[in-house]
Amino acid sequence: MIITVKLFASFRAGRFDIETRDYPEGSTVADVADSLSLPQSELGIMMINNRHVKLDRLLVEGDTLALFPLLGGG
Amino acid sequence: MLSAFVRDHSNCQLLPWILQCEAADYFNVSLAEVEEAALQQGILPARYQRNRQAISASDQLILFRSSIAVIGCGGLGGYVVEELARLGVGRIVVIDPDVFEEHNLNRQLFSTPANLGRAKVEAAAARVSEINPAVTLTAIQEAFSPANGGELLKGCRIVVDALDSIQVRLELAEVCTTMNIPLVHGAIAGWFGHVTTQFPGDTTLQTIYRSWKGGKGVEQTLGNPSFTPAVVASLEVAEVCKLLLGQGVPLRDRQLVIDLLAMEMNIISILKDA
Repeated sequence: MIITVKLFASFRAGRFDIETRDYPEGSTVADVADSLSLPQSELGIMMINNRHVKLDRLLVEGDTLALFPLLGGG
Repeated sequence: MLSAFVRDHSNCQLLPWILQCEAADYFNVSLAEVEEAALQQGILPARYQRNRQAISASDQLILFRSSIAVIGCGGLGGYVVEELARLGVGRIVVIDPDVFEEHNLNRQLFSTPANLGRAKVEAAAARVSEINPAVTLTAIQEAFSPANGGELLKGCRIVVDALDSIQVRLELAEVCTTMNIPLVHGAIAGWFGHVTTQFPGDTTLQTIYRSWKGGKGVEQTLGNPSFTPAVVASLEVAEVCKLLLGQGVPLRDRQLVIDLLAMEMNIISILKDA
């Protein structure tokens, strides 16, 4: 299934800003993050089609997944 | 009497600083009292003349009568306190348990080599009394917690999140909800930051940090350069100013995401998936 992945902030370094990729049916947000070597402890906001989701959310054909790193500094 | 003195000594509806000081001396009142007496008559202390037209004299009185809590006095908090004081917010409560350390010097506005080891809130108080002595700053050298939060935030119109801990942020968000106080939230890491405003009853911070399982964010590896806290703190203060004056459109149910490396700012929604 075709998924558009958008990466933000530090996640772009050495990866990409936006890419459309083919993932196996039944893939979750966690699977995509793993495939991009994004450590789960660094994951902040995760959105599918502009809605906040969690790691275990299943993706469906045509989804746009946006991943932001966890920011906590002040 | 004071109000007549202020009226008689103002020029083009402006009260020069030297006369504000003179009035305080002559009537044996605080600079804050003189400021209020001026603003009540639509006379602007001259230090605020460049706030006009953005902020009218009656708006300035609203700012003067407002009390804002700033939780954390590090990278974000230093700039937030400085900007609130220059804006003319009359009461600022600043809460932070820490003292300045050498690794703060790259970005924390009130840190100087001479201040190392000094309480951050004490340095904030000294700075504010230097830049705007009409502002009352309450310095609290304590860590914010749900246990002391109710007491510390009493009477505050808005709370500004300038913390460096996600756990304490979530606790702060809850205390603000219980106390019915809007919370302006900002967080930074490296070249990146975000800002949003949580109104009472909203669950904005819970949504943003819903996947957080403990520990720090990517700031742990990316650090925080000098400019990121300044940008995010300024955006937070703009939100505070708008909320106090009832102007503009706040970042409610919206989060501003800032990437200074790509020079991109995006607004994302706070809507949750089921």
